[in-house]
Amino acid sequence: MPQDLTYLRETASQTAGPYVHIGLIPNQAGFDIFENNFSNTINGEGERIRIEGTVIDGTGTPLKDVLLESWQADKDGSYDNPDFRGWARAGSDFETGEWSIESIKPGAVIGRSGRMMAPHISLWVVARGINIGLNTRLYFSDEKEANKADPVINLVEQKVRRSTLIAQRGEGDGMPVYRFDIRLQGENETVFFDI
Amino acid sequence: MQNRGEFLQRDRTLQPPAFTKIYKTSVLRSPRQALLSLQNSLSEVTGPRFGHNELGPLDNDLILNYAKDGEPIGERIIVHGRVLDENGHGISNTLVEFWQANAGGRYRHKNDTYLAPIDPNFGGCGRALTDDNGYYYFRTIKPGPYPWRNYVNSWRPAHIHFSVFGSGFAQRLISQMYFEGDPHIATCPIVQTIPDADAIEQLVAPLDMNAAVPLDCRAYKFDIVLRGRRSTLFENRLEGN
Repeated sequence: MPQDLTYLRETASQTAGPYVHIGLIPNQAGFDIFENNFSNTINGEGERIRIEGTVIDGTGTPLKDVLLESWQADKDGSYDNPDFRGWARAGSDFETGEWSIESIKPGAVIGRSGRMMAPHISLWVVARGINIGLNTRLYFSDEKEANKADPVINLVEQKVRRSTLIAQRGEGDGMPVYRFDIRLQGENETVFFDI
Repeated sequence: MQNRGEFLQRDRTLQPPAFTKIYKTSVLRSPRQALLSLQNSLSEVTGPRFGHNELGPLDNDLILNYAKDGEPIGERIIVHGRVLDENGHGISNTLVEFWQANAGGRYRHKNDTYLAPIDPNFGGCGRALTDDNGYYYFRTIKPGPYPWRNYVNSWRPAHIHFSVFGSGFAQRLISQMYFEGDPHIATCPIVQTIPDADAIEQLVAPLDMNAAVPLDCRAYKFDIVLRGRRSTLFENRLEGN
């Protein structure tokens, strides 16, 4: 008999459920309990941007109870900046399903074996009916050359699916707005990653 | 700088698949394409850190953190345990968030229309940072089971929702803790989305009388395991060199 090979097993995921908002964004749920609330705004140096979108189910209907978190590098592509926490949390509007995050545009990040990754934001999506959080990435439509060389986008075999990872830049109120709709199922289903 | 080891591959055989017919809401909210497997880069092995200055003194006391003119109704309990990784290491200073229904099974949420009453002294959410050994604890009221629209007569087992960060974004996890002895666990469609019997058992907290406070409250112990990191770094070049 060889030695025992003992690892613990990861705790199984369960859906965040319909009331995830009272746990993670009670103030957005209209519920005043914590002095300090986490928000959908990331502060830091760089170009201010706004990201807007919906998360859409298999019938084309926006989810009105979804929660997203984002994680990104700073404007220079660093995750080591002590003055910058590139994390935000946003709930969709209970009536329209629209969510938004305000941040700065991240820089390109050095990837595996030194290959540069185009500027991107990691997104994590949870909701009622989602059994385990879904991971995707948001890239920027105005980074065409960098996106073309990005090692993660290029992993998507069917080129037609790559566009699901690109947020479209438009003009907003004082800052650019990137539109990023996430399709959970059906035509143009967003690429989700097993990370 | 935080630990930058790659994460062990997630064991998908114990995790619920996206599409689970028995849990009806998952049918239209489940991707049908295969997940694209992505080797970790810095974007996955790093993650947000939180500090004690971001939490209030009552954030881990659900008996007092929304008390208005008295304390909430129900069974007083402590929930405690460790956040570990698959290598058995405690994960220090990581944020643990929790939310739940009140003793009658009702959430303080505008979308919850169950006829059981709101408790005026109970909010139902809290949070804590683990200590140097990955240990956390909070005090609350034991939540009640409640009906929901899956089958005509479906009831959720009593449960507390947990959200955990770990030290890298790829460890991000939301789950639910159940209580030892609850007969609804075996028939709950949400629990049964998990395809592995041991993984379900791992979500059931035992009564822990050693952590009870005599003449005050009982306790349940709930350990949470997040993905582990590789420590053998040969040929793992997350960055250039």
